[in-house]
Amino acid sequence: MSGAIGTGSGELEALLGRRWRKPAFIANPLLRWGLGIGFVAYLIAAVLTIPVDWGRVYEGLDRGWQFVTAFAHPDFLSRGGDIWEGLLESIVMTVAASVVGIAISIPIGLGAARNIAPLPVYLVCRAIIAISRALQEIIVAILLVAIFGFGPLAGFLTLSFATIGFLSKLLAEEIEAMDRSQAEAVRATGAKWMQWINYGVQPQVIPRLVGLSMYRVDINFRESAILGLVGAGGIGATLNTAFDRYEYDTAAAILILIIAIVMGLEYLSGVIRARVQ
Amino acid sequence: MPVIEQNGITLWRRRTTGAALVRWFGWLLGVAVFVYCWQKISAQTTWFFVQDAPRIAGDIWARATPPRWEYITQLGKPIWDTLNIATLGTLIALLLAVPVAFLAARNTTPSRFFVRPVALLIIVSTRSINSLIWALLLIAIIGPGVFAGVVAIAIRSIGFCAKLLYEAIEEIDRTQVEAITATGASRWQVMAYGIVPQILPAFAGIAVFRWDINIRESTVLGLVGAGGIGLQLSASLNVLAWPQVSLILLVILAAVVISEWVSAKVRGAII
Repeated sequence: MSGAIGTGSGELEALLGRRWRKPAFIANPLLRWGLGIGFVAYLIAAVLTIPVDWGRVYEGLDRGWQFVTAFAHPDFLSRGGDIWEGLLESIVMTVAASVVGIAISIPIGLGAARNIAPLPVYLVCRAIIAISRALQEIIVAILLVAIFGFGPLAGFLTLSFATIGFLSKLLAEEIEAMDRSQAEAVRATGAKWMQWINYGVQPQVIPRLVGLSMYRVDINFRESAILGLVGAGGIGATLNTAFDRYEYDTAAAILILIIAIVMGLEYLSGVIRARVQ
Repeated sequence: MPVIEQNGITLWRRRTTGAALVRWFGWLLGVAVFVYCWQKISAQTTWFFVQDAPRIAGDIWARATPPRWEYITQLGKPIWDTLNIATLGTLIALLLAVPVAFLAARNTTPSRFFVRPVALLIIVSTRSINSLIWALLLIAIIGPGVFAGVVAIAIRSIGFCAKLLYEAIEEIDRTQVEAITATGASRWQVMAYGIVPQILPAFAGIAVFRWDINIRESTVLGLVGAGGIGLQLSASLNVLAWPQVSLILLVILAAVVISEWVSAKVRGAII
């Protein structure tokens, strides 16, 4: 105790009479200055290599303003049929892909949790997760459109595949962080493997699984809006056409609908998560 | 405790009859919705192509391997552009996200009923629209090129960064802020010495995390003409140059893995 006070007052002696200064975020001065100078040098190099045609930007401001004002009077009607079909297709893809993706990611998530899966199963499941996470949706969609042809099937498969990587990884981490004693207690009653998972593991992870699934539904809907750009179905194709034809009021209507649905989903997931927990 | 009588023995079970029925109907409804969705998808699918898919996949694989390695000499500039789009986009987004986050956090917003909803609307609307759609829009407005990509990534990231940042601001320790206020500090001094030091680690973490995501997103922005390596990908796909496509995909994969590694290292060093 006295030793601690002694060193404390020693530090205080050194500081007394000097002005207090904020401690730096990175303590090592060499590293701090090195990172700072390197970063500034990189920024200069980066900005210099980006060609910006300010004349073109200035011309575009007018069109940009038209787009902003289009949000004040969005046109839901003149392409109402296309918008409705595209949105319905996006929603259908989202629902189907979420259901299938979640159903597949539960066994893979169980297999990727080191505390309940044997090593070979663990490695296989982790490999599937790594592949799914490394490939972006749009690239997967391009390949699947090339293989399965245009249409919502390619989009559905893309979103299911992406859901598996996302959900299995987070589910596996949740299972690895669970309380072992509860699972042990269920096992001690002589439960079979399925009963052990069902009564020992599942109740601990289900609230988080429901929350994550709702979040993934939200992401899937947002992603389904762009899959149409590469021909994988959904609202993206309609949106792209609207931009190409400079029909900003239609584009604004589609964007407003997307934002509204995403907000609705976020609200719904908040309600469901509050009920489950 | 819900129980059931069977042959004179009282057995434990999980739910009462009513609760079980409600759940059963819930599942029925869910299955019905799923079947409807599946029929919609099935109706728009040419099943002949799907039956043919394994052959097509094998064909593409045969065309794409081996990758055309010498094409990598032409990928230097696109990769540099991709890096710039992600980094500059993240920087601009952070600059714009900080004020939005302070306006959106319950404990720092100047007005809970007027300013906070506006800030939350900015967060939701920038977050719900994918960067590819922002890029499409910006290309129509300011023309194709790297600059449109930078702006698209920046706009898309505002909502994400601001949301995480305002949650961090709401979770700060009140006592430190009170201590600074008690010294007679002004509003800005409270901000600089009471709030900012508490959220700085979270801020750095968010910045690196978003940069990692932005590297992924900027690799595909070129598909709509917003610069970066996606331009080469799109050009190669258009002429069906599969050996080039496979090389570009490998490069993108490497970029994603490296950026994730860097981001994990930096976040580990901060926390």
